[in-house]
Amino acid sequence: MPDRLHAPALMAGLALLALVPVAARVFDAPFYLTLVGRMMIWALAALSLNLILGYGGMVSFGHAAYLGVGVYTVGILSYHGIHSGFVQWPAAIVAAAVIAAAVGAVSLRTSGVYFIMITLAFAQMLYFLGVSLKTYGGDDGMSLTARSRFGGLLDLEDATVFYYLVFVLLLTFLYLSHRLVHSRFGMVLRGCRSNERRMRAIGFPTYRYKLAAFVIAGVTCAVAGVLLVNFTKYTSPAFMHWTRSGEIMVMVILGGMGTIAGPVLGAFAFLALEEILSGYTEYWPVVLGPALILIVLFAKRGLAGLLERRSAAGG
Amino acid sequence: MAEPLLDAHRLVKRFGGVVATDHVDLAVMPGEIHAMIGPNGAGKTTLIAQLAGELRPDAGLIRLAGADVTALSAPARSARGLARSFQVTSIFRDLTALDNVALAVQAHAGHSFRLWRDARSDPALREPARAVLAEVGLAERAAVLAANLAHGEQRQLEIAMALATRPRLLLLDEPTAGMGPEESARMVALLRALKGGPSLLLVEHDMDAVFALADRITVLVYGRVIASGRPEEIAASAAVREAYLGEGEEAGRARA
Repeated sequence: MPDRLHAPALMAGLALLALVPVAARVFDAPFYLTLVGRMMIWALAALSLNLILGYGGMVSFGHAAYLGVGVYTVGILSYHGIHSGFVQWPAAIVAAAVIAAAVGAVSLRTSGVYFIMITLAFAQMLYFLGVSLKTYGGDDGMSLTARSRFGGLLDLEDATVFYYLVFVLLLTFLYLSHRLVHSRFGMVLRGCRSNERRMRAIGFPTYRYKLAAFVIAGVTCAVAGVLLVNFTKYTSPAFMHWTRSGEIMVMVILGGMGTIAGPVLGAFAFLALEEILSGYTEYWPVVLGPALILIVLFAKRGLAGLLERRSAAGG
Repeated sequence: MAEPLLDAHRLVKRFGGVVATDHVDLAVMPGEIHAMIGPNGAGKTTLIAQLAGELRPDAGLIRLAGADVTALSAPARSARGLARSFQVTSIFRDLTALDNVALAVQAHAGHSFRLWRDARSDPALREPARAVLAEVGLAERAAVLAANLAHGEQRQLEIAMALATRPRLLLLDEPTAGMGPEESARMVALLRALKGGPSLLLVEHDMDAVFALADRITVLVYGRVIASGRPEEIAASAAVREAYLGEGEEAGRARA
């Protein structure tokens, strides 16, 4: 299967991720726990965009909006003293589903550049809504007093527990998306990316399938948002800014559109580059830009494609 | 006389000042191979697009098996037994030949909100798809990416996708376009082998193919039907000859 990473490579990568908290403790470097945790959260956001961008060919340029929905649902509930994760998390999912359904229902009537622009416009509307919510900090955002509480079940204030929660959720969504893209539904998405006119001619009412995928992607991204706000313990409209949407898109393209592991690789590579290069210069995107151009020119399937080729050559 | 399977009545389609379809009446009988011919720009592809549900006519009525389908979308018409091929090959280039046909099978195997089971290992999709690929002579090429098939094979694949939807009526827009004589002959043989299956409405420039296949022929010129009848009637028609000859003269003048 072209979109399956070499199993040993995948297993090794996951094993490394599972060992990060141990290593961080042994080497007394809690910073890495934070860094890798953040990488995994963005990986989840990129994975969600890849479902519609990579498999469905829907170039949504407003995906950070759903990140924002997750962030703000938790933030607002928390502000009003509702700290239970059992309330916050489902609320974020429902809110994201409703907003994604509304945005998708309108946007998916267009295609091409119009679709890109209209998804961007909706995301900017949410961004400015966030800016205008003075009660919840407006432009500056606001701090959370506590992370989501799950009774005695999970203590998210514990960095290691939080890390493993993110890890397990990322694994879960990786597996779910693997199932999804190989299912009948996934084949419909691929068909729409490849040739939507043909899909309609053979009898698929494509709109409803694309809309469903759009909602699934939005909800998944909102879960990333919920994790992110718990991680940073503050909300800010900046999470919804269009540059964020652009970054998620860059992660997907860098890692490999239409591959399961690609967005994860892309998010890790993007944030690692940022981490390393921003130590030297605040103009680190000057390096990222050319790197991205090279990837797009010479490795159409991104980092995942490069790895595949390597493992195929190695036997 | 039996009721027509497809019945287009007084269809009109205008693009600005141009009348691309000018009060066209067209009937395809069950089991019939019906060819539509006409010079370039006669509006054949525009007419096919209206019949398939991609273009909405400005006026007129389209009936499929007696039911008014004028307002139905392309997928809804597909569900009622209409299938088509495109003038410019339209396939899923980044999927294998078998995937292409399996998708067409899937389109008519209930809804596709099935998010868990692997579609590529589902015998309910793969087996009918393999059977149709064998029918059009592509069994050996099942695992090849559609983009890597030869041009003639891609045209065969398109027919296979259309057949996989188990159509009652197949609209074929120039199935032999861009083919060499050998490939062309193979396509004609393939279409003739369908006899007794779905009805065919065939747009074609290759007159050998038309006269080899068609039970009836309709001639379209400037969006209007100028003749319709059995092949020998069409061959003998003065109006048809004039239309084709006229185009020849004009083309000659344009070249000079």
